[in-house]
Amino acid sequence: MSGAVEAMPAVSPRAAATRRFAISETQVAGLMIAAVAAVLVLIIALPLWALLSKSLQSVDGRFVGLQNFVTYASTPTLMASLVNSVWVAGLATAIVIPIAFVYAYALTRSRMPLKSVFTAAALLPIFAPSLLSALALIYLFGNQGMLRSWMMGASLYGPIGIIAAEALYSFPHALLILTTALSLSDGRLREAADAMGTTRRRIFWTITLPGARYGLVSAAFVVFTLVITDFGIPKVIGGQFDVLATDAYRQVVGQQNFPMGAVVGIVLLLPAVAAFFVDRRAQKRQTALLSARAVPYEPKPDRQRDAALFLFSALVALAIVATYAVAAWGSFVRYWPYNLSLTFANYDFAEVEPTGWGGYSNSLKLAGLTAVLGTTLVFVGAYLIEKIKPYRALRGFAHFLAMLPMAVPGLVLGLGYVFFFNASWNPLNVFYGTLTVLVINTVAHYYTVAHITALTSLKQLDHEFEAVSASLKRPFWTLFGRVTAPICAPAILDIAVYMFVNAMTTVSAVIFLYGADTKLASISIVHMDEAGAVASAAAMGTVIMATAIGVKVLHVALTALVFGRLQRWRRR
Amino acid sequence: MTASPTIDPPFLEVRGLKKNFGGFVALKDIDLKVPRGKFVCFLGPSGCGKTTLLRAIAGLDPQDEGTILIGGRDVSHAPPSDRDFGIVFQSYALFPNLTVAKNVGYGLVNRARPRREIEERVNDLLALVGLPDQGSKFPGQLSGGQQQRIALARALATSPGLLLLDEPLSALDAKVRIRLRAEMRTLQQRLRVTTIMVTHDQEEALAMADRIVVMNHGVIEQVGTPEEIYRRPATPFVADFVGHMTFLDAVVTGPRSVKVGSLDFVVAEDAGAPVGAAVRLALRPEAVQTRGVAPDALNRFEAKVGGLSFLGAFCRAHLTPVAGGSAPIAADISANAMRDLGISEGEVRAVAFPPEALRVFADARP
Repeated sequence: MSGAVEAMPAVSPRAAATRRFAISETQVAGLMIAAVAAVLVLIIALPLWALLSKSLQSVDGRFVGLQNFVTYASTPTLMASLVNSVWVAGLATAIVIPIAFVYAYALTRSRMPLKSVFTAAALLPIFAPSLLSALALIYLFGNQGMLRSWMMGASLYGPIGIIAAEALYSFPHALLILTTALSLSDGRLREAADAMGTTRRRIFWTITLPGARYGLVSAAFVVFTLVITDFGIPKVIGGQFDVLATDAYRQVVGQQNFPMGAVVGIVLLLPAVAAFFVDRRAQKRQTALLSARAVPYEPKPDRQRDAALFLFSALVALAIVATYAVAAWGSFVRYWPYNLSLTFANYDFAEVEPTGWGGYSNSLKLAGLTAVLGTTLVFVGAYLIEKIKPYRALRGFAHFLAMLPMAVPGLVLGLGYVFFFNASWNPLNVFYGTLTVLVINTVAHYYTVAHITALTSLKQLDHEFEAVSASLKRPFWTLFGRVTAPICAPAILDIAVYMFVNAMTTVSAVIFLYGADTKLASISIVHMDEAGAVASAAAMGTVIMATAIGVKVLHVALTALVFGRLQRWRRR
Repeated sequence: MTASPTIDPPFLEVRGLKKNFGGFVALKDIDLKVPRGKFVCFLGPSGCGKTTLLRAIAGLDPQDEGTILIGGRDVSHAPPSDRDFGIVFQSYALFPNLTVAKNVGYGLVNRARPRREIEERVNDLLALVGLPDQGSKFPGQLSGGQQQRIALARALATSPGLLLLDEPLSALDAKVRIRLRAEMRTLQQRLRVTTIMVTHDQEEALAMADRIVVMNHGVIEQVGTPEEIYRRPATPFVADFVGHMTFLDAVVTGPRSVKVGSLDFVVAEDAGAPVGAAVRLALRPEAVQTRGVAPDALNRFEAKVGGLSFLGAFCRAHLTPVAGGSAPIAADISANAMRDLGISEGEVRAVAFPPEALRVFADARP
């Protein structure tokens, strides 16, 4: 069975029989790592290289150096978009971070009731395409909005709408980072400060805030990057207000000016790359803050503080849930806001969109395939990178590639895919516009978070398992199947659900890559909105959101039920 | 350096083994022979290279240079799965999701044996380590000592020629550790399996091993039986690391005599240094004679008793020679002697160093 037995002296006839497999276990591992690295080069490195090289070429493919960047900088409309993007993203960040911080503080440092409800409410935007928040705001404050008077004459379509919608959409991302940062603090410090009679205000400024400092920086960069690279929201609610993401789309899809699209892509890459490095620094520092002896902080009840934080959190949670609820409600309304009777008519997508429900089934196919193939690739890849000893350089290279997508916004990756998979010289261009390219693009897009999840779970396993298995003469794949994968099953399921939900909701990368038969639900939202069928767009958004939430609920139930049984060994 | 002058070829032989981690030299030209069926301990402080050597023998962290022979076969470049050893780690590395029986039987399944035979073998192994009827439990439901024994059973399942133990007892409570020490030793003697155990606990090494390999800074300081190591440490490091040792600055005054301050001492062995050379005189606290010191006893002198600390079965005292010229000398006085002699702090007594308990080391200090 194992080829490794091959090198042993002929102690038994069986050993002699296996001699025919002239390849050792170590070599199998090497080949597998090489295969993973090759796949990552193909789906991550080469598209990025295509983007970079395209930005240095003229429309007819000649090398022109930085000419495109000069043209970009001297075109006032393009520069105006850059300025717009920066201040909109900056303002959205400035709004989201303080709110998310207080919300995270309430979740981690108070004894307010209903914390799990508040967590669930805040995470809601993750389960919907980004542009659903924009559609909801249009229902509320748009030209036919219910609460239009609240706008006091200002127009929603433009920076106001973009900032509001982006704030809703990016809120959970900031919250997740900040709750982690706040929960990672040493309770002993607090106790020591209390013992010294330190005032609460001083504790906040000298212990709480410095402890969460890196989380704050990291969250700010993540929000800024999400907003500046988001395509869906400015497309739906931006009106005449141009931003980088919509420019990139117009240059590539509208004007077929690939080099200029590539330049915009690279400009979009900058904040994300900066965020990537700041985040890595922050994470290193953050872990150093926590010694092995740190004790988690247990907040003590404090009526006044808990009540104030409860009120604040309730308002924020209500704002989020209400917005998405309005989008869902609007999708059932016959004629907003004049005839509020309910109907399923808006769900008859074929009326307004040639692909009808086809987009939804394409999305399901994409999400299912991404979850299955992506999870397999990510987990097997992470296992080889983390647990196989030889081939250090190759494993390091594969790990670097796996970490790369974190620094590449979906829109930029999508552009890279256009340039790479649409190129006439590339034999792989037969896949352009097919489900295949959509799947591999989505896997690549969400690779890093899944990879980190897998690594984290693998690192928790005793690192001598491989040694024990080898000493008992069983190959690593036996160990993987019998021990590693079963123990990591919860993490594997987490990765699959993460991949599925993101594949359902993503717009930014795939907007460049779909074909006539492979239009996705999230893309048909953009098209239905463009065609003025806002209710149908909201309906599709609602379907996606319901699917994603359904999968998540299923995940929670499955984890509780099945793993309760299968993972009997976890109980003492 | 050889473990013992045996006629049989050694079961394990290591020649010229070298290993660096970056700029750090973990193993510096290690030569070692382990006879078949012996229990050998690698003893040394953390970072001395003992675990690195064990892992090189196992093939888990291959050496940079050198040869490893197991059972006469050159396995220097063979993967671990090709080296015929069983291993127990400090963490035990039991598979938490498999039952005890499946853990023990993990290495048996691919050997084309019928299921019943495997079950029998697993049951035998569990009985061997004293845990029959625990097969259906999961490792998490067992105590630390039980887990350790399961790990041992799993390592022995394939009847390996070599058993490697990497600090197998250090995660256990003191009491359990001492009980398992004896059990493992008995088991090893019953099975006659060549065993190497890595430990930093000198007491454990002295209690269990046939041979002790004392290591420091990537080199072997001494190889010998526990008694040799304890009674005749080859280097000051071994003397200091194994048991407690007092070092006194001395000057050679003759072939078998040295001077510490104004006191002359006779030593049983050749000082190995010319007259006038600075050396270090070493002796163990328990070797200091405190009762029945005859007036004409060799190496007798008057000392003041100070710094008495009660350590249960004995008291440790610090003796300062009345004649002066020496650092305080640690001496262990049994509880009996304390009671019979009524020794008290500050008193002056006659004590003696038996010549055969004194070791002379060249003064290697800068």
